[in-house]
Amino acid sequence: MNLIIIFISAALINNFVLMQFLGICPFVGVSKKMDSAVSMGLAVTFVMVISAAVTWLIYHLLLVPFDMQILEYVSFILVIASLVQLVEMFIRKVSKPLYDSLGIFLPLITTNCAILGLALISVLKDYSFIESVIFGVGAGVGFTLALVIMAGIREELVLAPVPKHFKGAGITMIIAGCLGLAFMGFSGLI
Amino acid sequence: MSQKKVTLFQEFLKGIWKENPILVSLLGLCPTLAVTVSAENGLAMGLAATFVVVSSSVIVSILRKIISPQVRIASFIVIIATFVTIADRFLAAYYPDISTNLGPFIPLIIVNCMILGRQEAFASKNNIGRSFLDAFGVGIGFTVVLVLLGGVREILGSGTLFGVEVMWNNFHPWAVMILPPGAFLALGLMIGVSNWLNELGEKK
Repeated sequence: MNLIIIFISAALINNFVLMQFLGICPFVGVSKKMDSAVSMGLAVTFVMVISAAVTWLIYHLLLVPFDMQILEYVSFILVIASLVQLVEMFIRKVSKPLYDSLGIFLPLITTNCAILGLALISVLKDYSFIESVIFGVGAGVGFTLALVIMAGIREELVLAPVPKHFKGAGITMIIAGCLGLAFMGFSGLI
Repeated sequence: MSQKKVTLFQEFLKGIWKENPILVSLLGLCPTLAVTVSAENGLAMGLAATFVVVSSSVIVSILRKIISPQVRIASFIVIIATFVTIADRFLAAYYPDISTNLGPFIPLIIVNCMILGRQEAFASKNNIGRSFLDAFGVGIGFTVVLVLLGGVREILGSGTLFGVEVMWNNFHPWAVMILPPGAFLALGLMIGVSNWLNELGEKK
């Protein structure tokens, strides 16, 4: 039961993008087309789940026993950077077109705050191993959901008469605000 | 000599308006949106990020000939993470309230694309003095936007500025401004206004 609550809370109520402002850069950058939004969401979810598991192991089996919590940030970011490198190599081997369409945003997953944020929040909330992994899955699903909704709206936006100065980033932010308002409706869910 | 002085000054100024990290390049948005519920939080976040970007730019600039291109991103991140750890410990020791308010967003300065962007685009190619000025300008530009955004949200959302009551007596706070959606709306409007101001400037 506890696990279901963690999942729903990470995916909807405390949606990483719209409520906690983690991972805004790819949210603004990759949400122009539907198919790249879907694949970006899946890549981020994949890295999130694995890094949630690995950082938990590192923190609880390495840093805590040796009393080296001060190295938390440095070690987490190194783990995430190497995971992203791995995923990048994997995607390039499996699907070249996907690799090209993600472009610069693939290596930039390293600097996606959602992933480091996930690792830091699960340490802060003192989650167990299983809980951290479920938290990672929930956060990834939430991220993908927000990205896909945004991409859908932006594809329609091409036809809308947006005021000149708000084209691009400005209107994206305002739409995100409206989506955020909608997502606040989920807060009564638990 | 005077020619050089001007360019050095421009190096500093460009980060504040023309290449403002938030309004123009859209870098470092996550902390911008998350911590700006009050002007004070915005100021603290801006100063912490300025400290990190300036010190890591100087170090990267000193080491730019030693770091080999293949491992540069990883090295930059480790340098940045070191300074973020210093800033985090400092805030936790001297300003525990601010440290609790900002929560995980202090460590998240590490993955602020604005900072990594400066190392990659500037500090790794230029000498120490220029890197310092460039980083300082970008840091100030970042801080100014953060304080502005925090100020607007604080005034509308709680009727105060830096904790001081500024609105009239029966002003009803717009609660939405301090909730997450308000951050997106306020930043969207700010970007629109800054585009408009830019165009006005160009017409003149």
